[in-house]
Amino acid sequence: MENTRTPWKSYLAMTQTDLPVMKPFQLAPAKPVGEVCLDILSQRRFCLCLLAVLLAWISVDAAIAQSSGGSRPSALETILRWTPLIFFGPSGEVGGFLLNILVSFMAMAIGTFLGLWLGIGQISLIGPVRKASWLVTQIFRNSPWLVLLFFFMLLLPYEVEILGKRYEVPGWAKATFALSLPVMANVSEIVRGAIASLPTGQWESAESLAFSRRQTIWSIILPQCVKRMLPPWMNWYCILTMSTPLISILGVNDSMALTQNVMAAEDRSEILIPLYLWLMSWFFLYSYPIAVLTRRLERRFAVKQ
Amino acid sequence: MSAAKWTTDMPIVSLRDVHKSYGAYEVLKGISMDIMMGEVICIIGPSGSGKSTLIRCINALNDIQSGSIKVEGQEVNDPKLDKLALRKKVGMVFQQYNLFPHKTALQNVMMAPIKVLKQPRDEVKKRARMLLKKVRLEGKENAYPGELSGGQQQRVAIARSLAMNPQVMLFDEVTAALDPETVKEVLTTIKDLAADGMTCILVTHEMAFAREVANTIYFTDRGVIVEHGPPDTFFANARDPRTREFLSQIL
Amino acid sequence: MVWEWFRWLAETKGINLTIFYDDWDRGRFFAGVRTTIHLSTICIILSILIGILGAWLQKSRFRIVRGLVQAYIQFFRNTPPLVQIYFFYFAVDALLSDYMGISGGILGSYGWAVISLSFFAGAFNAEIFRAGIEAVPESTIESAESLGYTNAQIYRYVTLPLAFRVCLPALNGNLINLVKSTTIAYAIAVPETLYVSNQIWSDELNVTEMMYVMWLTYLLLVGALVWVMHRWEKSIRVPGFGRR
Repeated sequence: MENTRTPWKSYLAMTQTDLPVMKPFQLAPAKPVGEVCLDILSQRRFCLCLLAVLLAWISVDAAIAQSSGGSRPSALETILRWTPLIFFGPSGEVGGFLLNILVSFMAMAIGTFLGLWLGIGQISLIGPVRKASWLVTQIFRNSPWLVLLFFFMLLLPYEVEILGKRYEVPGWAKATFALSLPVMANVSEIVRGAIASLPTGQWESAESLAFSRRQTIWSIILPQCVKRMLPPWMNWYCILTMSTPLISILGVNDSMALTQNVMAAEDRSEILIPLYLWLMSWFFLYSYPIAVLTRRLERRFAVKQ
Repeated sequence: MSAAKWTTDMPIVSLRDVHKSYGAYEVLKGISMDIMMGEVICIIGPSGSGKSTLIRCINALNDIQSGSIKVEGQEVNDPKLDKLALRKKVGMVFQQYNLFPHKTALQNVMMAPIKVLKQPRDEVKKRARMLLKKVRLEGKENAYPGELSGGQQQRVAIARSLAMNPQVMLFDEVTAALDPETVKEVLTTIKDLAADGMTCILVTHEMAFAREVANTIYFTDRGVIVEHGPPDTFFANARDPRTREFLSQIL
Repeated sequence: MVWEWFRWLAETKGINLTIFYDDWDRGRFFAGVRTTIHLSTICIILSILIGILGAWLQKSRFRIVRGLVQAYIQFFRNTPPLVQIYFFYFAVDALLSDYMGISGGILGSYGWAVISLSFFAGAFNAEIFRAGIEAVPESTIESAESLGYTNAQIYRYVTLPLAFRVCLPALNGNLINLVKSTTIAYAIAVPETLYVSNQIWSDELNVTEMMYVMWLTYLLLVGALVWVMHRWEKSIRVPGFGRR
């Protein structure tokens, strides 16, 4: 007789599918190993293609430079010559791409600290505290970041007097503060969401063990929330880093502003696209690994639920 | 509310005409009970009859709309009640264990006495080890809840509540989420506890256990106590037809 | 008239809200707000279309198509939107106009802003739509197949409605971010609210007042969109799915 029995494993697989249940909504779902390998291979091929395009451009560019008889340097040479300036900033002051990274670190640190308190305030039992925290969170979540930058950079004083001495408040410091506010609001939402995702049983058992609310939040609830908060928090760090070039609009000498200065100084149309692509590649190389790490952490923490 | 000084010949937990509603839906429609110190009470009944709500009210996890609940003479429904002081007297074990997953079994048991009662760490550690030994979990002190079976987790939860030295222990269907094999180990633990003289109030479906251990059995249906009595008369000669119907369905 | 009260306010209290009592400024400001709304609407529609196309192409049989779509998505997600808009407006525009021999650029600043912002939001939308489609379990699709639905019908009647409901919260978040990102168009002199407010406070020297008005305007615009989105989410929510 023909063997028509379905293998045991697929029975198991079928019975494990609950009907009708939606699978988790994951922005970057885990892929099977085979497909990941194929992706890496295709990425490698893609990188090779990119490398080929890059080499082609370099050789064409060198050829053009040669043909002009050496009076005009090639685009590649120009870009490389200006790179230290755009990366490190003008000598004697903090600027350039390093300033972008510095601003993103500090804004993230300040915003996370403030956002943690705001998030805890959103679950407070005291009505006015809860409502005020909610209001502050909503205001800074829904404000465009450039508007906040304008607001704080133009309205905060440009110098302060501490103990009789006058100190100038640098533009990037005001910008850091302005950028930390939307981070604060978004971290507040992340904290609130993570706390809400814990089962109420944790609160109840802590309550029946006579823990005070403060002890419950700090010793029991928040430690369990850290894992859940990490992926969205890292995602916001990437978004923040991508927003730091906005400070160039307000006169801070970051990499974007310096790139524009370079283009004005050189006034050559053939370095426009390569220079922009060069700058964007720095942000890409900084942010893409963080994004990959975030997705990996998301997958790892989701499985343990 | 000035209470007469509570003495051990007065009921340790006393409910009088307790009413509780969730919005428009009334769950408890006038419950009255007296529980003396050292008694073991089992509350049985169909689902939705208000059993879990009842014992959660004793622990002030739910509030009541009218009536009075007194624990050791202290009125629970009093808005000025010091909830923390109440919870030090009344311990609770839940159906879903609710252990803290980020701490080991020993740390779970030690946390509350250290942070709430502010007892010195070494003393608490010794007591915690002793309690885990008592619930037959010697050797599992450094295991995380995720590494323990359901029955083991439930016993850690019992040890955790015992660490606070309560006068009354509440058990809310603690074996309902366990496999039949592990139910026995938890029930044995509770039996030992009762034999040591702890006042226990259990909401349970385990009739054999109730018959063996309880001093009094209460049957609730639709928010009222229909009948109560010592186990032998209760199971053999139930007076009320509702009780008889319920017992015939489950026995 | 109501506007005159603001003139009184300026003269007596010093709170100079010219956009209310001065016709020229009022006209400018409301034109700016209209531009913001217009820009947001076009970008929302275009980015949704780009997102649908991107999600669909990611299922393509050809690896090169999948690779290109992935490259597009990763490029726009991992580079700063401000640099993207400059790139399009200054670099790409110059290149294309040189190539086609047109002087003075092919699209104005508004056009390039639309393109840049739509592709930026479209990259995120493609990921969101793809995740939504993948959240629909195969068993549901199989049962539709066994009921005799064709592939196109399954897509239309089963996959898309369910996927849409699942991904709506994330999509709404992205669209709200898009509306906030329209302020970036300031950098290439698109006369939207921020740019116009800047012009007004440069002329009238009422920086503080205009800042507050502009901030409030954006809060109202974004807040209105958030409210509408929440109502929509609630009305199409499938009971039992989604958020706990």
